[in-house]
Amino acid sequence: MRIGVPRENEEGEKRVALTPDVAVKMQQLGFTLAIESGAGAEASYSDEEFAKAGVEIVEDAKELWGSSDIILKVRPPKAHPELGFSGVELMKKDQTIISFLYPAMNPEMLEEMADHGINALAMDSVPRISRAQKMDALSSMANIAGYRAVVEAAQHFGRFFTGQITAAGRIQPAKVLVIGAGVAGLAAIGAAKGMGAIVRAFDTRPEVKEQVESMDAEFLMLDFPDDEDGSGSGGYAKTMSPEFIKAEMDLFAAQAAEVDIIITTALIPGREAPELITENMVRAMKPGSVIVDLAAEAGGNCKLTEANKVVNKHDVTIIGYTNLPSRLAAQSSQLYSTNMYNLLSELCPEKNGEIDINMEDEVIRGATVVKEGNITWPPPAPRLSVAPKADVGEKAQQEIAAKEEKPAHPLAFLIPLLIAGGVLFGLGSVAPPEFIGHLTVFVLSCFVGYMVIWGVSHSLHTPLMSVTNAISSIIVIGALIQISSDNLVVSTLAGLAVFITSINIVGGFAVTQRMLRMFRK
Amino acid sequence: MNEGIITASYIAASALFIMALGGLAHQESARRGNFYGMLGMGIAVVVTIIGFVENNEFMLIAGIVVGSIIGYILAKRVEMTQMPELVAVLHSLVGLAAVFVGWANALEHDPALTGIALSIHAVETYIGIMIGALTFSGSVMAYLKLSGKVGGKPLHIPGRHLFNIVLGLIALYFMLQYMDTAATGGVLALTIMTIVALIFGIHMVAAIGGADMPVVVSMLNSYSGWAAAAMGFMLGNDLLIVVGALVGSSGAILSYIMCKAMNRKFFNVIFGGIGSKKAGGAGAAGPAGNAEDIRSVESDEAADMLLNAKEVMILPGYGMAVAQAQHTVFEITKKLRDKGINVRFGIHPVAGRMPGHMNVLLAEAKVPYDIVYEMEEINEDFPNVDVSIVIGANDIVNPAAQEVPDSPIAGMPVLEPWNGKQTIVMKRSMGTGYAGVDNPLFYKENTRMLFGDAKERLDQILKVIG
Repeated sequence: MRIGVPRENEEGEKRVALTPDVAVKMQQLGFTLAIESGAGAEASYSDEEFAKAGVEIVEDAKELWGSSDIILKVRPPKAHPELGFSGVELMKKDQTIISFLYPAMNPEMLEEMADHGINALAMDSVPRISRAQKMDALSSMANIAGYRAVVEAAQHFGRFFTGQITAAGRIQPAKVLVIGAGVAGLAAIGAAKGMGAIVRAFDTRPEVKEQVESMDAEFLMLDFPDDEDGSGSGGYAKTMSPEFIKAEMDLFAAQAAEVDIIITTALIPGREAPELITENMVRAMKPGSVIVDLAAEAGGNCKLTEANKVVNKHDVTIIGYTNLPSRLAAQSSQLYSTNMYNLLSELCPEKNGEIDINMEDEVIRGATVVKEGNITWPPPAPRLSVAPKADVGEKAQQEIAAKEEKPAHPLAFLIPLLIAGGVLFGLGSVAPPEFIGHLTVFVLSCFVGYMVIWGVSHSLHTPLMSVTNAISSIIVIGALIQISSDNLVVSTLAGLAVFITSINIVGGFAVTQRMLRMFRK
Repeated sequence: MNEGIITASYIAASALFIMALGGLAHQESARRGNFYGMLGMGIAVVVTIIGFVENNEFMLIAGIVVGSIIGYILAKRVEMTQMPELVAVLHSLVGLAAVFVGWANALEHDPALTGIALSIHAVETYIGIMIGALTFSGSVMAYLKLSGKVGGKPLHIPGRHLFNIVLGLIALYFMLQYMDTAATGGVLALTIMTIVALIFGIHMVAAIGGADMPVVVSMLNSYSGWAAAAMGFMLGNDLLIVVGALVGSSGAILSYIMCKAMNRKFFNVIFGGIGSKKAGGAGAAGPAGNAEDIRSVESDEAADMLLNAKEVMILPGYGMAVAQAQHTVFEITKKLRDKGINVRFGIHPVAGRMPGHMNVLLAEAKVPYDIVYEMEEINEDFPNVDVSIVIGANDIVNPAAQEVPDSPIAGMPVLEPWNGKQTIVMKRSMGTGYAGVDNPLFYKENTRMLFGDAKERLDQILKVIG
C-alpha cells in the first residue's frame, strides 16, 4: 500500500507526520511512501533527506491525497484558505486517514468522512492502556509540551532557575509550581528540576505522589478530611467535589504568593479546563512571575489566559500558547512519526504492506472513528489496565509468610545427636579398636571437610567439583596395594582400577588448572 | 620402605588435600591450592608404589601412562560449556574404580579376620562396592542426560517408590547373606548386589528433571567421596578415609547450597514426587499475563537502551551456555565499560547445569571476576540499575517465586531485575523454564523481550554498539 504524507497547512503548524528515520522502518513493513514537497521543511527535515530514505517527493498535494491508500497527518484536515480544499473531499472509498482528529469537536468532519466511505483512525483516540503506550501520541506530545513550557517560562522569567553563590552575591533558586502531574506535568517537573529550580507539584490523584517524588520534586498534600481520590477511568483525572476544590484553591492562593513560576496542566477530558488560578492569585504573585497555561486551548486553568498569546497582567507574564509541541517541531515529529509507525505495525501484523483494521483488537477499535463509511465513535469504554489501588503483592507476601513452616522445637536438634551417640556407643562396645580408630579419623575429616568447603567461593564451585574428583581418585592407593596379587583376576581388576583412576587424576587436575587459569581480575 | 615413612607420607598427603580445598576460598589462592592437590596425590602414589608393588609392574606402568594420556587429552579438549558432562564422566570413573577395588579386595580377603572384625569388614566391602556401583551407573545416566543423548524429562515409572524400596530390601537381604558367606567368597551375594546398585543408580538419576541437574551432579560428587571413604575402611587406610570424607562432605554441602537456591528439600529432589503435590497447583497453569502486554524490541533498540544506561546488569542463564554467547557478552561488556557504563554480572546459584557453571563460562570469556557478583550481593542494587539483560534464563528471574504463593517455585530466592528501571529479556520463544511456570516478568511494563538466538542477537547488538 502507498502511504502519503501531505504538508500541514494550518497556521503555525511546523510538525510533519513522517521523518526520514521512520520512513526506512515503514518500508520494512512493506509500504511505499510519498510525501508532499516541503512537508518536513519547518521541522528541519529536507526533501533530499526524505528522498534518500526512499520516499517519493510529490509536488501536487491533490495528487497525493487522491493516490495514496493511507494518509498520515498531524492536524485534522481543514480547508486551506488559499488552496481551497481540505483533502477529505479528494478521498475515495477504501482510503484510510490516520491523524489527530478530535472526533468530539469535529462531528461534521466525521460525517464528511463517512460520506466518502473512507476509514479514519484518530491518534487522540488510542486507548490509554499499557499495551498502547507506544502509540500514545497524546502522551508523546504532552511530554514535549511539558518540557517546552519550562523553556517558555525561562524565556520570560527575568532570573536564573538555579541557585548560585557568586562573588557578586547569592542567587536564590526559582520556585516552580506544577499543577497536574500527568505526562506533561511530569515532563515539566523534570525539565525545571534539570535547570536547578525548586519544584513543587500538585495533583488530585494521590497515586501520582510517588512519581512526583521519584523526580525529586515536592508533592503538595491537601489537608483534606475526606479521602477523596481524583482518579477517573483511563488514567485521567475527574471533577472533584466543591469542598475539595475550596481546599485546593486555598492551597494555590498560598503557593501563588511564594512561587515564581506556575505551570498548569489540569485537563479533564471532554470538558472545559477547570479554573484554578484566579485573578486575585495572579495579583498576589511577585512582579516578574510567569504562568504557563498548558490548558489554554480548553479555556485555560488561569482566568486571565488568552489562547495563543503571551499577555502581561498585574506584572505577571501569562503564556497561553496552544502549539507548544509545534514549537519543538523536529522532536515532536520524530515521536509522532514513531507513534504512527507503531500503530501501523499493529495494523499490519504480517509486514506485507497491507493494513487490516481489526475491530476485535482493543487498541485499533479505540482509534478507529470511521470504518468503511460508518462512524464508529465513541468506542465502548476501555478496560482498566491498572487498578488504582493494588495491594495484591502485599497480600501475596503475607500469604507466603503465613505458609512458612512453624519453627521446630528448640530441643529437636538433640534427636539426631542422641541417635548418633547411641550408634557410636553400640559400635564401640563390639567393634575392634582398629575400626574405632578409623571411625575417629572419618568423623573428624567430615568436620574438617565441612568447615573448609563452606569457605569456598561460590564462583569456584565448578573447579571445586573437578578437583574433588581428582583427589577422590585416591582410591588408586587401594588398587596399588592389590596389583601385585598372585591371583590373576585380582591383579587385573586392580590394573583396570589404576588405569581408570589415572584418567581421573590427570584429567581432574588438568581441567581444574585450566579453569583456574581463566579466572582473572 | 618402612611403615612409618608410608604413614607419614599419607599424613602429609592428607594435609595437602585439605589445603587444596582450602585454597579455593579465593581466586588468588586457588591455583596454588590445585598445586598442593597434585603434590599430595604425587606423594601418595609414589610412596604406595615403592612400598607395596612387588610385581606386575608392566600392567601398573601401562595403566598409569595410558590413563594419564587419556585424562590429559580429555582435560585439554573439553569445551567449558561441556564441563558438567566431563564432571559426570569423571564421577562415573571414581565409582567404577571403587567397584573394581572392592571386588579385588573381596576376592582376596584376609584369612586372619574372624568374628566381629570379619563382619565389619564384610559390611565395609559390601557398602563400598554398592556406593561405587550406584555412583557409576548414576553418573553415566547423568552424563547421558546432560549431553542430551537422553531426554531431560524425568522418567516416572509407575510404583517407582515401591521399586526403590524393593531394591533397598534386596540389597539389605544380601548384605546379611554376605556377612555369613564372606569367609568363603560370597561371590553370588556381591554380584546380585552390584547389579541391584547399578539399576538403582540409573533409576534414581532418570527420575530427576533437567532443572535439578546441579543437585544431581553435586550429589554424585558426594557419593564418589563416600565410595572412597568406604574403600578406606575396607583397606584400613586412613588416607582414603580422610579424602573420602572431605570429598563426601564437599559434595553434600554443594547439594545443600543448590537445594537451598531452589527452595527444595534434598529428598524431594532425589525422590521427587513425595510431598511435591503442589507442582500441579494453580500457579503452574496458564500464562501469567496478557499476550498483548508483551513488548518485543529489535537488537538495535536494545543496543540503544544499553548505550543510554549508566548501570547495566547482565544475568546469564543456561541459554547463554547453549548459544555459546559468553564471548560476545564479554565483547559487549568491554565496549560498554570503555564508554564509562558500569557493567556487572549477577549469577544465581543454580544458573547452568552445575554449581558455579556460569562463573567458569564467564571466566573462559575473560570476564574479570571482580565484576561478577552473587545473587545476594546484587539483589539490593537493582533499583540503581538502568538496564538488566537476562540472557537465556527464566526460573531464576521469576517474580512468581515472591508474588504467587501457590506457584511451584514460591519461596525460591530469585534475582530481582524488575526492581530496576528496564529489563531486556533475551529468549528463543515464550516457552516456560524447567519448572514449567510462566514468568510474570515478561509482562511487566518495564520489560522488553528480544526474541531469537542469543548469540545472533548479541552479535547484532555488538555491531550497533561498536
